[in-house]
Amino acid sequence: MTQALEGFLQALTAGLLIGAIYGLMCVGLGLIFGVMRVINFAHGDFMMLGMYAAFYLFTALGIQTTFGNAVGPFVAILLAGPVLAVFGYAVHLALISRVSGTRSSSLEGDGHYAQLILTLGIALILQNGGLIVFGSVLASIRTPLSSSAWELGPYFDISVFINKARGIDAIVSFVTMALLTLLITRSRVGKSLRAAADNPTAATYMGIDVDRAHRVAFALGTGITAIAGGLLATNYPFHPFVGVEYVIVMYAGVVLGGMGSIIGAFWGGMTIGLVQQMSTLVLPTQLQNAAIFVVFLLIIFFRPQGFFGRMVERT
Amino acid sequence: MPGLRSLLPVIVFTLLYAALSLSVSNSYYQLVLTLVPVWAVFGLSWNLLSGYTGLISFGHAAFFGIGAYAVALGQIYFDLSPWILIPVAAMLGGLAGLLIGFPTFRLQGHYFALAMLAYPLAILYVFEWLGFQEITLPIKRDNPIAYMQFGDPRIYTLLALAMMLGTILLTLRIESSRFGMALRAIKQNEAAAEAAGINTLAWKLRAIVLSGAIAGAIGGFYAVVLLVVTPQSVFGMLVSAQALTVAMFGGVGTVWGPVIGSVILIPLAETLNAEAGSFLPGIQGVIFGLAIICVILVAPEGLFWKFRDFWRKRSAPHAAVTTGLPDLPLPGLPLTAADPAPPARPRPERSQMADDVVLEVRNLSRAFGGLKAVRDVGFKLRRNEILGIIGPNGAGKTTVFNLLNGFLRPDQGEILIDGRNMSGRKPHEICETGIGRTFQIMRPFLRMSIADNVVVGAYIRTRTDAEARQLAAEAVAQVGLSDISGRIAGELTTKELRLMELARALAGQPRILLLDETLAGLGHDEANEVVAVIQRLASDGMTIAIIEHTMQAMVRLVDSFLVLDHGAVIVEGEPEVVTRDSRVIEAYLGKKWVAHAPH
Repeated sequence: MTQALEGFLQALTAGLLIGAIYGLMCVGLGLIFGVMRVINFAHGDFMMLGMYAAFYLFTALGIQTTFGNAVGPFVAILLAGPVLAVFGYAVHLALISRVSGTRSSSLEGDGHYAQLILTLGIALILQNGGLIVFGSVLASIRTPLSSSAWELGPYFDISVFINKARGIDAIVSFVTMALLTLLITRSRVGKSLRAAADNPTAATYMGIDVDRAHRVAFALGTGITAIAGGLLATNYPFHPFVGVEYVIVMYAGVVLGGMGSIIGAFWGGMTIGLVQQMSTLVLPTQLQNAAIFVVFLLIIFFRPQGFFGRMVERT
Repeated sequence: MPGLRSLLPVIVFTLLYAALSLSVSNSYYQLVLTLVPVWAVFGLSWNLLSGYTGLISFGHAAFFGIGAYAVALGQIYFDLSPWILIPVAAMLGGLAGLLIGFPTFRLQGHYFALAMLAYPLAILYVFEWLGFQEITLPIKRDNPIAYMQFGDPRIYTLLALAMMLGTILLTLRIESSRFGMALRAIKQNEAAAEAAGINTLAWKLRAIVLSGAIAGAIGGFYAVVLLVVTPQSVFGMLVSAQALTVAMFGGVGTVWGPVIGSVILIPLAETLNAEAGSFLPGIQGVIFGLAIICVILVAPEGLFWKFRDFWRKRSAPHAAVTTGLPDLPLPGLPLTAADPAPPARPRPERSQMADDVVLEVRNLSRAFGGLKAVRDVGFKLRRNEILGIIGPNGAGKTTVFNLLNGFLRPDQGEILIDGRNMSGRKPHEICETGIGRTFQIMRPFLRMSIADNVVVGAYIRTRTDAEARQLAAEAVAQVGLSDISGRIAGELTTKELRLMELARALAGQPRILLLDETLAGLGHDEANEVVAVIQRLASDGMTIAIIEHTMQAMVRLVDSFLVLDHGAVIVEGEPEVVTRDSRVIEAYLGKKWVAHAPH
């Protein structure tokens, strides 16, 4: 009995910790999806780039020697965010903006076909280009914190262990999320983003440059997900094709939280993390991801507007 | 049936391809030659669903993988031949299409695409868990031909080519039939297709079953060609992406798209992999990605459409200039600016038919969250009556129409059409009982001609496509658009679009027409033309309910008014009475105007 409870609590903790990172990951995508309504297939691959950016900032650019093994990784991870944001900005400017935003109305299916295949092409280039540049060897951002844990308890013979790196990951994630929420709700940029998401046409009439708002959202979303990727990399080794594994997790979280809701995407990602970890209590490990998909499908069928979203259609 | 003209290029292409493959002896190149039609067929199967209906499927690997595993496992465990198993794989693929389609078609747009993404990946993990990581088809040395194991790889190419030819012919057949027309209508405006009597769910299910069956069959064949099946190689995201890529690269919604895409991309990827794969491990992916991006930036709908547009512009430079056709007067209706007010029509028989109720609405209510959009609305519509529904913005007029034609389910209340309660039925069922409608915000099928738009509305009353064409032509003539019926809806004026929507509703031979702000956005003379058409319909015996804001037009047109405010009926009666009613004036203009009203 005690053992079962301990197992449950440990899975719950693991779920919450990984969920915090998934949440941040989903927020990045949710921002893009919510503002632009573009299915970005390459988002997982942007995250992969974020992981490698953090990795090389840490090892090759002297952060390791300056800040040490405990603090260094997190400095590198936070720096990877802006690096990838610039990359995202450039990708949107050069490619995505040509088939989305104000230019999409002239395309068949509002440009959905074009957006899909374009991001698919970007994903292919990033994955395979990554293979050429980074090689296929597994990489990871190791810190001594990854292999030590805080012990909560024992209370009534039950202890819960929190991996130190994951604990800090979760804190970083929450702080990033809080800052982003402030940015979106308080700043002028945030307001233009929300206006562009809510009604692009009306926003244009109000003098908001919708394409520019999209670009900012794309850059911000890419940067946020890159940070999440870096955090993930402190515990999970990665390779150039890692993005594909997470892109579904991201979309599941975004849809679960409700399209267009930033905070919803965070809780959506959190839920996915919990489902994934809790499913190990009853299902074989290989079916962990199958469980995510089943939950994802159930949500789409029974509550497609998500927890925080709403749906309106006019005739 | 597609004519010889469209078949000729298909046959020529197939023969040339066969001749090319027979002349290649290198077994690696022969494999590439086999894979081209394989992926073309898979792309065609994707195109059949997603290209024509516009519902993007990321999950076609589900069908492909089921087919591949069916053939592999069937041969291992039951010792069956692929000759039997490939048809079985097709059946399983079709069944999977039905099982997946039925729940998933409730979803729209991005949600549909994302749900489809999840199916093959969920199945992938299940197959890995079941221990089917790598399945090798057993080699049958004693009886190779019965097990589709040929010594000469060219035979595989010919088989794949035969499957491609079959799929192309099937697709061409569908394209020119009401099946294809229904799918295209769904793609361009699903709600309008449903209101025009197209059972959209049924057609979409047919499309996904057929598409799944083709994908299953070609997946099974793929397993036979490669002899090894792994979950990643048949259920993986790249497999779905491949279907989508070849189709989109070549051109969406055309039979040639997937073929062109496959012919260009597959050899390119394979050759690069063979030439440079050893020192630049991902080079083919990079080039592949670059190629896709370039094409999308230059020709976002695919190569086929780009070339076709280019060709059309070159061969017919004058055709584009003739868009400004003069507005032809309606036949039999000498309407000019000098005749601005059509006279009230003589309707002698009305009093005799007063009790002939064709539509009765009782206690109809519908709320959106806390907003009661329609409250206890009830009215009767008698044969050959014109009922005007008026009320301020947000009064619930369009919502009443949406309840009547089945876009919305009422929370309570009855809609009796000829005494039968049709409340809560689907739009196409209600259309079948004889209710046609037009839309406030017009819903044309923009890329189709007027004739094609209208023919979609005629399917519900006809068994053959020829009959449907006939009905559609009559409906187009009724609204006076016959002379321009070949023009694409996207280039019409508002008036022509309004008339076209009217014709689409008429083609289903309704007894009751629901017209939602048919005069909105029209100039004075244009409005009069449309009013004249409506009056002519009424004098031919049509029963009409019309929502309209322009009171002058309405007073001349209608027999009685129904006034809605805040979702409820406030007054009902003859025009003269209603327009003087203080409650109506208050609802329209506010309280202070009531005092000024003539009593």
